[in-house]
Amino acid sequence: MRSVLQPQPPTGTLAGGLRMAPAVPELDRAIPAQTSAPACHHCGEPCASGGFEAEGHSFCCLGCQTVFGLLQESGLSDFYNIAARPGKRVDASAQPERWAYLDDPSVAAKLLDFSDDKIARVTFQTPAIHCVACVWLLENLFRLHPGIGRSRVNFARREVSITFTPQRAKLSELAGLLSRIGYEPSLTLAELDRETTSPRSRLGLQVGVAGFAFGNIMLFSLPLYLGLDSATGPMFRSLFGWLSLALALPVVTFSASDYWRSAWASLRQRTLTLDVPIAAGLAALYGQSAWEILSGHGEGYLDSLAGLVFFLLCGRAFQRKTHERLVFDRDYKGFFPLGVVRHAASGEETVSISQLQVGDRLRVRHGELVPADARLLSGEGLIDYSFVTGESEPVSRQPGDHLYAGGRQVGGAVELETVKPVSQSYLTSLWNDEAFRKGRDDTFNTLTNSYSRRFTRLVLVVAVAAVLGWVAVGNPARGLKAFTSVLIVACPCALALAAPFTLGTAQRLLARRGVCLRNGQVVESIAKVDAIALDKTGTLTAAHTTEIRFHGDTLSPHETAVIAALCRHSAHPYSRRLAQLAPPGPAPEVTEFSETTGAGLSGRVEGQPVLLGSPAWLVRNGIEIPADSPSTATVLIALGGRFRGAFALDNTLRPEIDQLLQQLGKRFELALISGDNARERARFAGLFGEQANLHFNLSPQDKLGFIRSLQARRRTVMMVGDGLNDAGALRQGDVGVAVVEGVGKFSPASDVILDSPMVCRLGDIVDFCRRATTIVRVSFGISAAYNAVGIAIAAAGILSPLVCAILMPLSSATVVLFAVGATTWAGSRHGLRNLSEPTQPPTPTQP
Amino acid sequence: MEVLILLIAASLALAGGFLLVFFWATRNGQFDDTTTPAMRILTDDPPVQPAPASPLPQNPQ
Repeated sequence: MRSVLQPQPPTGTLAGGLRMAPAVPELDRAIPAQTSAPACHHCGEPCASGGFEAEGHSFCCLGCQTVFGLLQESGLSDFYNIAARPGKRVDASAQPERWAYLDDPSVAAKLLDFSDDKIARVTFQTPAIHCVACVWLLENLFRLHPGIGRSRVNFARREVSITFTPQRAKLSELAGLLSRIGYEPSLTLAELDRETTSPRSRLGLQVGVAGFAFGNIMLFSLPLYLGLDSATGPMFRSLFGWLSLALALPVVTFSASDYWRSAWASLRQRTLTLDVPIAAGLAALYGQSAWEILSGHGEGYLDSLAGLVFFLLCGRAFQRKTHERLVFDRDYKGFFPLGVVRHAASGEETVSISQLQVGDRLRVRHGELVPADARLLSGEGLIDYSFVTGESEPVSRQPGDHLYAGGRQVGGAVELETVKPVSQSYLTSLWNDEAFRKGRDDTFNTLTNSYSRRFTRLVLVVAVAAVLGWVAVGNPARGLKAFTSVLIVACPCALALAAPFTLGTAQRLLARRGVCLRNGQVVESIAKVDAIALDKTGTLTAAHTTEIRFHGDTLSPHETAVIAALCRHSAHPYSRRLAQLAPPGPAPEVTEFSETTGAGLSGRVEGQPVLLGSPAWLVRNGIEIPADSPSTATVLIALGGRFRGAFALDNTLRPEIDQLLQQLGKRFELALISGDNARERARFAGLFGEQANLHFNLSPQDKLGFIRSLQARRRTVMMVGDGLNDAGALRQGDVGVAVVEGVGKFSPASDVILDSPMVCRLGDIVDFCRRATTIVRVSFGISAAYNAVGIAIAAAGILSPLVCAILMPLSSATVVLFAVGATTWAGSRHGLRNLSEPTQPPTPTQP
Repeated sequence: MEVLILLIAASLALAGGFLLVFFWATRNGQFDDTTTPAMRILTDDPPVQPAPASPLPQNPQ
């Protein structure tokens, strides 16, 4: 038994603006937020009455007010002029010393980009960056700390890199400063084995060289096409030829180097990718041109060659647009924090998780993660496993109980003893499954490659037939020219551009709506899907919003106030959610409050005894519960010694999920795979329909196995999930879709990162991807038509450089325009366009 | 028409020069971040209030 009589500090959830309208009948919907409360000048969240005020502005919490004061003092008040309410809520209770571990030289060495005696630079991930004002404030950090020199924000990557003087500013101070002004750096275990990202500039340089050569060779070719010789004699012809040959050399050796390499690799694997005919075409182009120029027979095809490489590389660059701020291959390391508080002989110290050893004693505060499998030593554990196992309700743990890594403590601080190293915990051992060991092969079974296998064979047959034909009629020289001409003209430039431009456009359109694909090939994978497995907590339901239903006779406003007043004294998530029901006005006085972990609350409100908690807790206190009380209820209420009713707190279903499931159920094999208990089976059986395939109580390994069993039945499976427990299934699925609350948050490795408001559009997304692959096929048809014309000319042995110089760009341009145009049109048909603003997820209400 | 040779040399030198500048700019990371500079100009030259006591060199790189 624990008695807490002080009111809770005004944390956001208690002060949140949720009010219950007076005398609401059975509450079947989530209670809407009321917006009458003044918005916080710093973060824009509604302020509680009697909140914080400074200089005529209201603030929702001490944290926000402190930031405002700090910025005023430092002459940074313009922050509030650049954008209205630009801040993010700041947790004033966060302890500055929790960053101390950053000063450990081994940790610092990993984090610093570089350092010497005088200067050091560090780059922090700061997910809170969201507007122009953030950029301005973070680039003016030097006014807040004398040790900071220059700071630069990379908005797309949500990064700030800070140059500082190590003698005057410690790394921990920087992190502390950032979190004090609301930009808490995200320091996870993944930072420690962060690789220095290789700059993707090589492709840019290759495009640059090809473009440079293309332009200049064109300059030399055009006079020859137009008959320069006739006026000036053969001198310029050979000069221009030699110059072109020289300019084309870096294009062939540097710009096109990836094509040589990939063609060679695919020949060695005895497969025919599209790069094989491209490489053959390039070789034929350069060989034929060199021979013509050196022997003085002609001017060669070097402008076509440079143009070809330039267009091909542009296509690559277009498709290679990746989402810089998103990481698609995160494992558990991106989820676990970098530092934990450890008890040592010298008192508490913050160490990095990688230094944890079995038997270490740790302190985990409210909202922090359990970093490794551990035993609870003291304190009342209330662990939220929703992200780890999918259980929607926090579970209570007593000293001596085993805790799994990845759970989040809610409530007071607890003390733990680690029993397993981080990498071998129950959860993290999932990453030892073979699903994680095999690399993802994106390039083999693409549409382009299956098409190019047929195409390449056909081209070779035509080329050889042309030679044989000309030899048969007694003109072997023309036969040789025909052979190279066929290879040149069949060089599948348009074909190679069809997929990149279609898939790249599709990827861009989807990204604009918060659907980020790992790469363009994912569009093709999505189009093939015929079974969809869905996670429950966090995917179909929003993990951090609850809707409250009351079963029983309607509560009067006073009764609601009484219940809310009692709940204000408890830190349990349910209590905090119920406390938000408080109607406006002064809260009734609470005396004799007590809370029993895992059971319930009791106390007197204005002298009247109030009990609130599990059925067992009410029975233990001598309350009779009527037999017809609903079984789904989670919090029972007794007022004045009599049973009064029950609250059901369910995770809110995301909007329009019911329509989505109906729509998908007709076309796909659907399954629900949840790690949660089967309490809500009836609710989801209704949503999934008659032949519902519902599975509860699945372990992360079970989920992975379920996907495998579907695949064994030759299904192409899309897995939609959000938590770490879905990581295996996401990886095993043919398409893994990770749902995030706000793009940029942690998500386990997946092919698609889906912003939560888009979950209800899943059907449209699949349709759009199917249409995009149809567009790729049609583009193949267009380029094949061009190729047929070109090959006919070439086989006749009358291909001239001028024809080549016109045909090649023309076919490429047609295909590119068609691909981009048709995809954009398809996007607007599926409602993916005309919304340049990504829809913002509603601010989640913490339970 | 031999003057063309001079012009060709000049144009190649110029184009080559631009290529070198492009190489330098890419290596220097000027194309790494194309989002933030567009936002930065929105807040250029805010009306600065009296700065704090210890000004630091702003460009210590």
